[in-house]
Amino acid sequence: MGLTLSAAAGGATHAAGAGAAGTGAVTGILTELEQQFPGVDFVRQETKDGIPTAWIGREALVPVLRHLERGVDGPFRTLYDLAGMDERVRANRDGLPAADFSVVYHLRSYDRNADVRLKVPLAGDRVSVPTVTGLWPSADWYERELWDMFGIGVDGHPDLRRILMPPWWEGHPLRKDHPDRATEMGTFQLPPDDDLLYQEALEADPAQDARTVVLNVGPQHPGTHGPVRIILTLRDELIVDAVPDIGFHHRGAEKIGERQTWHTYIPYTDRVDYLGGVLNNLPYVLSVERLAGTEVPPRAQVIRVMLAELFRISSHLVFYGTFAQDLGAMTPVFYTFEDRERLMAIIEAITGGRMHPSWFRIGGVSQDLPAGWEQMVRDFLDYLPPRLREYDRLVMQSRVVKARTVGIGEIDKDTAIDRGITGPNLRACGFEWDLRKKRPYSGYDRFEFDIPTAARGDCYGRVAVRVEEIRQSLRIIRQCVDQMPSGPHKSEQPLAAPPSHDRMLHDIETLIDHFLGVSWGPVVPPGEAICPTESSKGDYGYYLVSDGNVTSYRTRIRTPSFPHLQALPLLCRGLEVPDLIAILGSIDFVMGDVDR
Amino acid sequence: MPDTAWHIIEVVVMLLLPLLMAGGLTVVERRLLGQLQDRYGPNRVGVMGEMQVLADAVKLLGKEDWIPPFADRPVFVAAPAIILMSVLASFAVIPLTSGFAVADLNVGLLFFLAMSSLGVYSVALAGWSSRSKYPLLGGLRAAAQLLGYEVFMGMSLLGVVMMAGSFDLSTIVEGQRGLWYVGPQFVGFVVFFIAGLAETRRTPFDLPEAESELVAGYHAEYSAMKFGIFYVGEYLGITLVSALMTVLFFGGWLGPILPGWTWFLLKTSILILVVIVVRAALPRVRYDQLMSFGWKVMLPLTLINLLVTAAVILAT
Repeated sequence: MGLTLSAAAGGATHAAGAGAAGTGAVTGILTELEQQFPGVDFVRQETKDGIPTAWIGREALVPVLRHLERGVDGPFRTLYDLAGMDERVRANRDGLPAADFSVVYHLRSYDRNADVRLKVPLAGDRVSVPTVTGLWPSADWYERELWDMFGIGVDGHPDLRRILMPPWWEGHPLRKDHPDRATEMGTFQLPPDDDLLYQEALEADPAQDARTVVLNVGPQHPGTHGPVRIILTLRDELIVDAVPDIGFHHRGAEKIGERQTWHTYIPYTDRVDYLGGVLNNLPYVLSVERLAGTEVPPRAQVIRVMLAELFRISSHLVFYGTFAQDLGAMTPVFYTFEDRERLMAIIEAITGGRMHPSWFRIGGVSQDLPAGWEQMVRDFLDYLPPRLREYDRLVMQSRVVKARTVGIGEIDKDTAIDRGITGPNLRACGFEWDLRKKRPYSGYDRFEFDIPTAARGDCYGRVAVRVEEIRQSLRIIRQCVDQMPSGPHKSEQPLAAPPSHDRMLHDIETLIDHFLGVSWGPVVPPGEAICPTESSKGDYGYYLVSDGNVTSYRTRIRTPSFPHLQALPLLCRGLEVPDLIAILGSIDFVMGDVDR
Repeated sequence: MPDTAWHIIEVVVMLLLPLLMAGGLTVVERRLLGQLQDRYGPNRVGVMGEMQVLADAVKLLGKEDWIPPFADRPVFVAAPAIILMSVLASFAVIPLTSGFAVADLNVGLLFFLAMSSLGVYSVALAGWSSRSKYPLLGGLRAAAQLLGYEVFMGMSLLGVVMMAGSFDLSTIVEGQRGLWYVGPQFVGFVVFFIAGLAETRRTPFDLPEAESELVAGYHAEYSAMKFGIFYVGEYLGITLVSALMTVLFFGGWLGPILPGWTWFLLKTSILILVVIVVRAALPRVRYDQLMSFGWKVMLPLTLINLLVTAAVILAT
């Protein structure tokens, strides 16, 4: 493993970063697979992110995946993402197998620090794939989403029904022939019977015996942090089973990505993990930059890192306060929001926005830093640590908090990896893995910081990791302030959007250039790329497919909260209702991030 | 005749004073919590927000008094009334100052304990009669919690009773002329304070309403003034427990220079503020932790306190 890693790092150019790390390590994996399965036709595909990608027939899918999951050295234990794509109107698909639809399996091996992507072409009458829930339990929701969004059947799936759309929805939204605007769908009318239909859709029918009670938590409940519904089966106050029901926050962010230009999609990313601010912009612009081959100037990279870390702190502060509130502590949430307010003042001064600044641009950031930013940031860096020490006494060292959280909602490292759990929740299991260290992007390799971990993977550990992450983020920000390079804040490359102001309106050519760049936006060359990043919630990436157009052909958003929430039943079975609330708080999900 | 008039004055004072204090407490609590939490609290109505009580009362009276069609109507209506009556009745035995109590019972303390037991019915019945799951869970928690904590709440006071040799609250106060009982009966005081928090369903023992888990617990289905009465009941409960702690452990009306009733009110107010500060500082415990804490820690502690007190009294 160490060998492949160092070889990969040696061959990596700075801009390609993690992707190149993938290439070095895993071109090998495809060759390995070809040797292992001589009868299977692996059609390799070049992608801009360097993740080895191959198309295989649907019959070979399960054996190959099973081999990858447990047969190879450094097995691919995590199903990082599973998504569909409508291939029917894609123009640039030379050398790829004929397909109406395709299904993408994106796997990750932590042992190898490498990813691999397998695609299955689907055509003709039989648009379905076999289930992989037997290999990765986390495939359950992904396959339901596949069915929901594309109408691609999943043979052998234990519970194949819609997940994000309501059960009475007609059509499959991410198919290219499904309208993407309400105005294309005709006038909406509510026939008298439909409200009954909606009611029925919400009915729960879990297996019951005389001693169990079904308790419906949500979609509106103060403990759930957003519209999610959890159907609990209780025996006394013990949780026998919990079934999360999601989709109440679904806004079609992936569909919108096929409509907005590359540039005008940025504000939509802000709202996916709505506590993350520019942490959402970052994976998106990084993926677009990979597709466009844009080099980001050093100053822009450091500004991005600084803003991203500020937002990580902001997100963790909200988490910290609301988690304490879930435990019934009334006060901490006011303190952390007060701190966040000071942080927002900095965000406001720099970006002009607060929660959703939409401030990153393809090739850099929107504007240069304003005069006086340095003092504001430095003041905050001095202000927060004493406050954090106070919260330690108020929350982390409180005996009641410990009694409520230590050993509650435990998950071990192996299960967490199987379930696709990432980010602080994975680190809480004692696994030192942080994309900022392992696959540095946006120049994170230039900063010194530690990866905090906890031992038991319980609620207390998940909180402790995040609290320590706030301190590490402060460290990174201090380095950003100390070492802020000079230079441009945005790339001069033609595909960087929007075009620079100082190069416009000189003559008719620059006028037209600017006009097209603003009204249409850049035409990104065909290709596919993802750039996973470490957001405040976990591993977060935008898998973008360009068909050589002004909009994305397919925008797949891999969010961390989706698999995290999916693991909820595992965490809370056998515990009590108050523990459920503590667990919900501790896994730090955001419904916008789950439902997109 | 003057005797009757005096009695009427006593009744009116002991009825209005707790109600006024409970009303004022709604504002004081919110203002104080605000100060503790880096914010203002209600400060718009009146000069410093003190008229917020009136605004709230007007608002609650103006709301639709909705009774869910699935609820058990008579019980649902009776539940809030029970809490108000049982707490107000308890105030009858509290001596405001020397000789000033509505009922100078020689079993005053037992009367208080009896009345506070009645309060359980209110919460349990409110949760039960709502015929809805969250209130039911809240009501069940309340019943178990209040009954469990009542046991050693009463026991924790027996040390004081032994030292004073009486259940009569006035006699107990008179017995503290030399030394407040909070000194020799410190364990009893701590236990009673904790039990008092549990009896009034205050943080960290606010499990019956637990807003982040059970939404509002036993009073989730209540609206308008019925909902308001539960709140008044809670604040009356805090006032009552604080007043009782003043009488039992802090020498009641005893104090130099100022008239007795000012001392009484001053001590009671300070204890109330302590209860509020506890709310700002602590998270909520879990139900099973609460129960095991009660039965496995508090009860043995009380019994030991009782034995030691008895031994000391016998020895001297």
